[in-house]
Amino acid sequence: MTAAATAAATTTQGPPYDAVVPAIRTTGLTRRFGSQVAVSAVDLLVPRGAVYGFLGPNGSGKTTTIRMLLGLLAADSGEIEMLGQPMPDALAQVLPRVGALIEGPAFHPYLTGTANLRRLDVSDATANPATSKERIAAALSRVGLTAAAGKKYRNYSLGMKQRLGLAAALLQPRDLLVLDEPTNGLDPQGTREVRHLVRELAQDGATVLVSSHLLAEVEQIATHIGIMSGGELLRQGTLTEVLSDGDAVVTVTTPDLGEALEALLLLGLADATLDREHQQVQARLGEIPAEAVAQAVINAGARLRGLTVERPHLEDLFVSLTGEGFDVLR
Amino acid sequence: MSFADLTLPVVRPRYRGAFWRLYKGEVGISLRRRRNLALLAVLSAIPLMIGIAVYLSTPRAGDGPAFLGQITGNGLFLVFTALTVCIPVFLPLVVGVVSGDSIAGEAGSGTLRYLLTVPVTRTRLLVAKTLGVATFTALAVAVVAVVGLVTGAVLFGLGNVTLLSGDTVSLGTGLLRALGVSAYVMVALFGLAAGGMFISTLTENAIAAMATTIGLVMVSALLDAVPQLSAIHGVLLTHNWLGFGEFLRSNVDTAAVLRWSALHLAYAAVFLSLAWARLQSKDVTS
Repeated sequence: MTAAATAAATTTQGPPYDAVVPAIRTTGLTRRFGSQVAVSAVDLLVPRGAVYGFLGPNGSGKTTTIRMLLGLLAADSGEIEMLGQPMPDALAQVLPRVGALIEGPAFHPYLTGTANLRRLDVSDATANPATSKERIAAALSRVGLTAAAGKKYRNYSLGMKQRLGLAAALLQPRDLLVLDEPTNGLDPQGTREVRHLVRELAQDGATVLVSSHLLAEVEQIATHIGIMSGGELLRQGTLTEVLSDGDAVVTVTTPDLGEALEALLLLGLADATLDREHQQVQARLGEIPAEAVAQAVINAGARLRGLTVERPHLEDLFVSLTGEGFDVLR
Repeated sequence: MSFADLTLPVVRPRYRGAFWRLYKGEVGISLRRRRNLALLAVLSAIPLMIGIAVYLSTPRAGDGPAFLGQITGNGLFLVFTALTVCIPVFLPLVVGVVSGDSIAGEAGSGTLRYLLTVPVTRTRLLVAKTLGVATFTALAVAVVAVVGLVTGAVLFGLGNVTLLSGDTVSLGTGLLRALGVSAYVMVALFGLAAGGMFISTLTENAIAAMATTIGLVMVSALLDAVPQLSAIHGVLLTHNWLGFGEFLRSNVDTAAVLRWSALHLAYAAVFLSLAWARLQSKDVTS
């Protein structure tokens, strides 16, 4: 394929020709409000195709970061690169490929759902006016809002408003979605649907940055996470990487405790402990895969009756990083 | 495929007529707001009420607002009377509401952040909004003029127009003069509309922006009424608003009309530049 042909293909098809470039990369991103540092030297890295769970308590700087990514707030210092281009300089080229839901939906109350989406669509220079109607209908149907399309936004419930916000983000095919609290105000079915939607979008090749307080929710869909607190990005990486900060624990159940313990020690699991009452040996797993433990125990001649791996939950890690307190930090 | 190919920026094609669609969307949205329609309804009621009042009680010449006495002779004068009545308060009120709301209203309701991330670049948004506000301003003036013309024609009939100087011109020339008057009022109000848009970039509170814009008119009118300040009267925002009377002389002083119009447009240019500078650097936190 020639370079020119590639360029033509990328213009019409979108992702993921530039798959090696991260979807979002910030370096030293900082923003102050008066004397208060809202975002402090954040180096965000969201790889292509990731579902990035952006976590942090209220006031931790998530939304300020997101607003800077989208060119709504100016950064005091630091750089932003989105889809391989510098922001906010390349805003007009980058943002048509980005769908965003920022701090809840916002629409004109006196217009219907459809009219509100049309308003956004006619404002988009890269939206094909010939397909506007179909795209609006498709976006509404994708979020389950077809029945309420002709209703005034004023009369929408919180969940319907949230859905309309998601529909707006899906008016065009997107390479990146920035979803700030997408499940806010949704009932359990709605939450499930959003989870499903995010998975679908990721399968289509889009990168998704989703900020949320619902840790269990994020744990189910995220491939990567970043944890913010007090304006700083405390942890970032793949879900497994970040969770391994609190190691997974393997528990082997066997009547042959001696053999099993020896096998684990030989594998390099130095902190293995015995629990004679329950006929169990426990150890922190570290880098060693669980199947290697099973193999080793069997090879040592122990009768393996059970093997469980318990990973720490995101919530435990989150609380240990950001504190138990209910108080707003700043 | 080389690494260079992989890092090619993916640029979405832009469709022709994008700005026109954005502008049409702006106008469409302003015409679908019940509040704006109510404002236009109030404006259209004014020439109607004046017309009916004059029809029921023939006023003597010299009473009431300018041209009131001439209406019974020629319905076209209802256009001039209605504009004279509307320009100090009602039209600035409408312009103040629409221009004050333009950016602040979107910021206050949060829709500004979604427009900006569509993306509509800030310059583009300001230009579209300015044209939208200008369109609504022109529409407001047109409503007064057209309802005045129709009401006057129905109640009093139309005929040759006797100008202020006593000369008489044909109805066709009279209509052209009325068109000139309306255009002048539109240009004059555009200066105010631009002021409203600048104020609108300063706040997220639309009501405050509207009130401040209308306050501009009041301050200007107040300064205009203080004789000791006559030195600056010539450059006040509202000073030449009634200058459209010039169109009713047999020899229109074109130079004066152009000079005044240039002042209105200078106001607009200054305010819009300020609005642009402010919007460029504005942190959108709502």
